[in-house]
Amino acid sequence: MSIFRTLSTKPWIAERGYVSDSHGFRLPTAKVFLSVFLGVVTSVFGLLTAAYFIRMAYADWQALPVPALLWLNTAILILSSVTLQWARVAASREQADGVRRGLLAGGALAFAFLVGQLLVWRQLGSLGYFVDSNPSNSFFYLITGLHGLHLLGGLVAWFRASVRLWRGAEVAKIRMSVELCAVYWHFLLLVWLVMFGLLLVT
Amino acid sequence: MALTDVTHDAQDFVPAVEVEEVELYHPKTWLGKYVFSQDAKIIALQYSITAMAVGLLALVLSVLMRIQLAWPGALSFITPDAYIQFVTMHGMIMVIYLLTALFLGGFGNYLIPLMLGARDMVFPYVNMISYWVYLFAVLLLLASFFTPGGPTGSGWTLYPPQAILPGTPGSGWGITLMVISLVFFVIGFTMGGLNYVVTVLQARTRGMTLMRMPLTIWAIFTATVLALLAFPALLVSCIMMSLDNLLGTSYFMPAIVSLGQQLDYSGGSPVLFQHLFWFFGHPEVYIVALPAFGIVSDLLSVHARKNIFGYRLMVWAIVVIGGLSFVVWAHHMYVSGMNPYFGFFFATTTLIIAVPTAIKVYNWVLTLWRGNIRLTVPMLYAIGFVFTFINGGLTGIFLGNVIVDVPLSDTYFVVAHFHMVMAVSPILAVFGAVYHWYPKITGRMLNEGLGRFHFWVTFVGLYCLYYPMHYLGILGVPRRYFSNVGPNGLPDFIPDSAQFVNIWITIAAICVASSQLVFLYNLFASATRGKPAGGNPWGATTLEWQTTNTPPTHGNFGKELPSVYRWAYDYSVPGAEEDFIPQNVPAGKNTGQAS
Repeated sequence: MSIFRTLSTKPWIAERGYVSDSHGFRLPTAKVFLSVFLGVVTSVFGLLTAAYFIRMAYADWQALPVPALLWLNTAILILSSVTLQWARVAASREQADGVRRGLLAGGALAFAFLVGQLLVWRQLGSLGYFVDSNPSNSFFYLITGLHGLHLLGGLVAWFRASVRLWRGAEVAKIRMSVELCAVYWHFLLLVWLVMFGLLLVT
Repeated sequence: MALTDVTHDAQDFVPAVEVEEVELYHPKTWLGKYVFSQDAKIIALQYSITAMAVGLLALVLSVLMRIQLAWPGALSFITPDAYIQFVTMHGMIMVIYLLTALFLGGFGNYLIPLMLGARDMVFPYVNMISYWVYLFAVLLLLASFFTPGGPTGSGWTLYPPQAILPGTPGSGWGITLMVISLVFFVIGFTMGGLNYVVTVLQARTRGMTLMRMPLTIWAIFTATVLALLAFPALLVSCIMMSLDNLLGTSYFMPAIVSLGQQLDYSGGSPVLFQHLFWFFGHPEVYIVALPAFGIVSDLLSVHARKNIFGYRLMVWAIVVIGGLSFVVWAHHMYVSGMNPYFGFFFATTTLIIAVPTAIKVYNWVLTLWRGNIRLTVPMLYAIGFVFTFINGGLTGIFLGNVIVDVPLSDTYFVVAHFHMVMAVSPILAVFGAVYHWYPKITGRMLNEGLGRFHFWVTFVGLYCLYYPMHYLGILGVPRRYFSNVGPNGLPDFIPDSAQFVNIWITIAAICVASSQLVFLYNLFASATRGKPAGGNPWGATTLEWQTTNTPPTHGNFGKELPSVYRWAYDYSVPGAEEDFIPQNVPAGKNTGQAS
């Protein structure tokens, strides 16, 4: 493991008089940035999950019925992730049309997912499951809300990349943005699947 | 790791650094240069000045609290409500808005790019936004002083249910603004923190391997990683608390009767809040302690003209302390009613932290051992830090054990412990760092005489202040009480001697607080009238002292970034011409090393 090799170097004797060529990872900076950020988001949702389990153990917890619409939303989010992956592959092959189609479909599906989530909120509300009626409802609204906000943040990045593409930027120029969007989408899909699983199991 | 051999001949041309050039944003207006600046150095100053200004407010609050304790009723505007509001705001401001912001936003921004040989942070725009979000959070916090009911008086731990119930001062506007301010603080910090971490990982100059980084950078880096992973706990608990407060959910709020009314809450768990809060709160201790560790390591090495003892162990200790800090949080909750078996686990992990911490202390002492110690003002502060940190650490061993902690809980012993370990120690490191780096920031030295005066009054004063507090705590004097005297004006439930100690502590506190005016005067006066410092007044090896201009200009270094040939601690190398060899000097005749 290179991390152990790094940590066991003796800087006071080794390589004296040498300039090491290594500085930074070979990964692009934007990717490192995204990975660290995903670590932070993991911490947010991990802690929410822990709180969910702790709170669930109390007597007043009543499981929330799972609206059928959530299955549809999940399918839409999976499709959104798949189409963005398609855009990412097209970008690596420098196929502008593919990138355009993939980006557009991915973004539209993500919007559809968010609208779907809002509809789920309205459905639950009309059935009397308000945010304050039971802790399981509170957690559901909180988790879906935070997840939606993160996706909305991703859509800002998606929007900026799309605008650049439609204004005629070369595919190579926005390749990194497309790739980062796709990775972020996959991550949020994973988070959603875990959260949805949590809702189904409990 | 690929190495380039540059040693055939000292005259050999070493190719320029092949670091991706950061595209620097060059502002054209005064506003863009000094206010909405994207230069990490300006952002650092903005962070530091804001943090110190709000810290000054917290200092005044603490003096007011002390006056009330020594001479109850002397200041008529200090009502019981106001007193507990002062306690809360003092704690919250000092821990989060002063220390965290100053160490990471201030020193992190200033030192990371300079010490690593980078032109700037990797994302300067995000860095700028980070400061403005932080400022917004500070303004929200200050705004709560002017709301009906005033700021929250729930204690800095914001424990529900009392934090949001009527009866606690500031239960309406105060607590709402407090948690919103914290949410913004976390968002702003995350933007800055991502920058610090990615800059350390990606923007080091050529030759600056991880194990050649100065310990200050290692410490700030690790503290930032801790903060990025721990602040989400604060974010989540603040959001959940404000939903309990505003929408009537019951995450934390149990079924409760308040002022004779059955409230709508039911079944929530206040202990859940405590778990979340301390999952953030304990790493927070190390978020402010680790940068202090790193800074002190560097100050000791520079001013003792000796390499740091056990560099590798120092790095490992920082990383291990960082890791351990995530598995000790419930030692703040021994009396919360959690499962007693947890106490056993958390006491064990807590005491294990003593191992890497002791390694650091031994290494600091061994660095001083037979060093060519120069008792400059920064050195005085660094040595003061080591003393104070050992003291605070020792009482930590008391409090880490469940059976000792239970009777000492909520007494002045706890107050004395955490002030020694995470208030006095880090602030001594801050002062040391300011005296050390001020010449680089302004190009002028701080006044030495005033600095010594400031040090001795602060150091001796703080011991007069906090040492007796331990005895008060062992005596059982409870913390957060508005007054210890009864209606007849005499000490009520504490002995007269304890009240005398209270008066003594207050006098010490007033002395320490007023001596900070000397420091402020020194900061302002020396900026224009101080002795010119030159580029490297302390004879230090790290890259920030090797810049072409002092203070460093936009872009930090000249046309080419420096190449790094050695670690940061080549002091008093045998055979070398001077007693330090800067990191960017290759082996050659002046270094006493074969070229």
